[in-house]
Amino acid sequence: MNQKTAKPTLAVFKFASCDGCQLTLLNCEDALLPLADEIEIAHFLEASSAVLPGPYDVTLVEGSITTPHDAQRIQEIRKQSKKLISIGACATAGGIQALRNFKNVDDFISVVYAQPGYIDTLATATAISEHVRVDFELRGCPIDQKQVIEVLTALLQGRRPDIPSHSLCVDCKQRGLVCVTVAQGTACLGPVTHAGCGVLCPACERGCYGCFGPMETPNTRALRTTWARRGMTDAEISQAFKGINANAPAFRKEHDAPKR
Amino acid sequence: MPAPPRNPPAGATSPYLPYPAEIVEKRLESRGVYTFRLRFLDEVRHKNYDFRPGQFNMLYIFGVGEVAISIVSDPEIGETLDHTVRIVGNVTEALNRLDVGDVIGIRGPYGSAWPLEAAKGKDVIILTGGLGCAPVVSVINYITARRDDYGALKIFHGVKTPKDLLYRERIRAWQKDARTEVYLTVDHPDHAWQYSVGIVTNLFTQIQLDLSNSIVMMCGPGIMMHHAVRDLCSRGMRMDQLYVSLERNMKCALGFCGHCQMGPNFLCKEGPIFRYDRIRHWFETPAI
Amino acid sequence: MHTIASNKLAQLFILLKKQGYAVIAPALRDAAIIYDEVETPSDLPVGWTDAQSPGSYRLKKREDDAYFGYAVGPHSWKKVVLPPRMKLWAARREEKGFTISDTTEAPRKLALIGVRACELYAMAIQDTVFIKGDYVDPFYKAQREKLFIVAVNCAQAAETCFCVSMKTGPKAETAYDLALTEVIENKRHYFVAEAGSRRGAAVLAALSTAIARPAEKTAARQVIRKTAASIKRTLDTDGLKTLLYENLAHPRWNDVAERCLTCGNCTMVCPTCFCTTVEEITDLTGDHSEHWRRWDSCFTMDFSFIHGEGSVRSSNKSRYRQWMTHKLASWHDQFGSSGCVGCGRCITWCPPGIDITEEVKAIRKNPA
Repeated sequence: MNQKTAKPTLAVFKFASCDGCQLTLLNCEDALLPLADEIEIAHFLEASSAVLPGPYDVTLVEGSITTPHDAQRIQEIRKQSKKLISIGACATAGGIQALRNFKNVDDFISVVYAQPGYIDTLATATAISEHVRVDFELRGCPIDQKQVIEVLTALLQGRRPDIPSHSLCVDCKQRGLVCVTVAQGTACLGPVTHAGCGVLCPACERGCYGCFGPMETPNTRALRTTWARRGMTDAEISQAFKGINANAPAFRKEHDAPKR
Repeated sequence: MPAPPRNPPAGATSPYLPYPAEIVEKRLESRGVYTFRLRFLDEVRHKNYDFRPGQFNMLYIFGVGEVAISIVSDPEIGETLDHTVRIVGNVTEALNRLDVGDVIGIRGPYGSAWPLEAAKGKDVIILTGGLGCAPVVSVINYITARRDDYGALKIFHGVKTPKDLLYRERIRAWQKDARTEVYLTVDHPDHAWQYSVGIVTNLFTQIQLDLSNSIVMMCGPGIMMHHAVRDLCSRGMRMDQLYVSLERNMKCALGFCGHCQMGPNFLCKEGPIFRYDRIRHWFETPAI
Repeated sequence: MHTIASNKLAQLFILLKKQGYAVIAPALRDAAIIYDEVETPSDLPVGWTDAQSPGSYRLKKREDDAYFGYAVGPHSWKKVVLPPRMKLWAARREEKGFTISDTTEAPRKLALIGVRACELYAMAIQDTVFIKGDYVDPFYKAQREKLFIVAVNCAQAAETCFCVSMKTGPKAETAYDLALTEVIENKRHYFVAEAGSRRGAAVLAALSTAIARPAEKTAARQVIRKTAASIKRTLDTDGLKTLLYENLAHPRWNDVAERCLTCGNCTMVCPTCFCTTVEEITDLTGDHSEHWRRWDSCFTMDFSFIHGEGSVRSSNKSRYRQWMTHKLASWHDQFGSSGCVGCGRCITWCPPGIDITEEVKAIRKNPA
């Protein structure tokens, strides 16, 4: 806190991302006004062009590091931030753009851009925590409204945020939902995926796509076996791990497993 | 021996509810360790509150949650209700931000107690290591206040470095008693260190232990207790003379949440203090 | 004993509702038979059944119009007395300190229809945990006392059922208000009903029934006998506690750890698993705080977490071992019975299909 009477300051910064996580925060309508009472929003370009200089008490960082410039910029932001929280799959695992990590980025550049010479990019898209110390990682693509408010509330009150890292299945059963894998044979990443989304997909009788990344102790190999027994090929299973969180180590390892 | 007390009595009200109590004193014991003296806001509750050394309370910090903390004060000095807290987690960090005059919640006491009746007339050997020695301080306080009821009191305390030594002031006071012996040891001494170096069990070789007429009470890291048990038993001590205080995750302290299980034991009910022969099978199984 | 014609079953629903009960019963949802609030018998999964095997559950059409022609599904009745999430109390900041208010909700009058024998045992087991120990959970006890239980003797077992060897079914034997056996003969469809309490007898007396004739009683007995005979899966409980206590280092735990997802599904669907954790929910102003309880699982890392030391059970192996030895062994020491009622849910709803009866067999075959 800057002074005893001053409100703590909040900054939000964006790297390579779709802005969906920032939008999630903006969409927290009921909580946003009370939040503004407790926190001074010092830097949040998506919400306001008024910008206060650092240092900031709490910084939320969206997006992954994909350019040399961003790799510099995040170091500066870390220096300006008492608490730095990375939000969303891009910031915590590299995001969908980390699919480039599986290939040679120069091949993409030559195909996608008319004048590749203007492009200055890194070979990989990487999580914020691979560049600077991160105080908390909030998962999701996008992040969950309740969870981001919980993290900010917990920070304000000096307690640990209640963000369980168990499997999605625990939350799924607490909602009284029926397992789509067992009852319908649907491939669902829930058993290896971090809870937090509110069980969106299984609630619509769809399998989980792993938007919140790996859970605390993901036994991806056991899931591969489970799916293989239901008739999926190795390639299909690997593809399922190559989604939004493809670059999360546990998912990446399982994606690569058949090749080894 | 009568069962240790429970407050509030079963069925009186929802057992989940904490009762507000004020911090009346906060004392630094050592790096990261504080003793909080608490007083129920409700005078009648404060007066009627009863416990045995070794039992614990669930302390509630507003907006943060509950944590299990052992009671270190003397049950017969009704005025005081002390808890020694190592600042190590979510709730204890929040507690540490509070000060005299602030209010927290208490529910308890819970769990088993040290065998202070059975130990009467016997030598008592206290073994503590690391930072987890708060539960045995209650015993030491209890015995030093009733010195004639017990034989020799031998306190063995081992820590990593001299800086980790808890209760320096109290240790000095214990050392003054003619029938109390205090043995201190560290893994890594500094130039000012004047006591032993090495693991606690090494000290056993240096002194005379009346094994047949002793009761051992210990609390500390698992590895230390494993060594100590093996060592003491090899010297002829029976397992039913050994008592250990154990730690587990605890959410309710009522036997409902399931977190504190160790084999068939709920640490909040059968524990945290066990006679060693009764917990041995589980204590000696890794990751149980 | 009385008989109720199948087309008179609606009277039971109407009567219970008139007495102020909300009716919770099996219903079709999301490709399974779950427990939900219903209005009439037509809301039941009439003419449906299930095919279950390790890791698999499929709905199937029956050739008749049975109301209860299926085995247990993914839900259990524990959700009624031990809700997945529940507020225990609330605190409000005051000038000096805070005040705490008990937020235990008043229970609703609930009629549970279609409670199976194994589920009655499961409820009795949870009663031991929450009512018969040193402390009493106030909501559990209050809700338990507001239940009207209509048991149904199983006319169909799943391939994953093993109640016979657990001595918990398929005939309802403990603490119900009414027990029904559904009989479908060539041209007749009726229930043989038995009251298990004074309340149950009063309800039965108010319905259109007939005194059950010997042939009808025999038919009902035959239904249960046939079901019992169809249950092939077994769990040999002889000396099981000692066997598991002596085999904590058995290599089979490593084997099952490779298959176990540690997803926690088995603990969530188990009708006796009672573990919970608490969460503190605060508002942004910091003036209000709520203490909530939610279902927890011994398969999570947080479950055994100790500050400064980490999780006691950090390996998959230690977590599966904890679950199974608790269920089948240490439960006896804690509560005087097995924690398993042989309902088979943990087998069916485990995505990889880990089978607790097979795990026991593997250890028994090659003990330490």
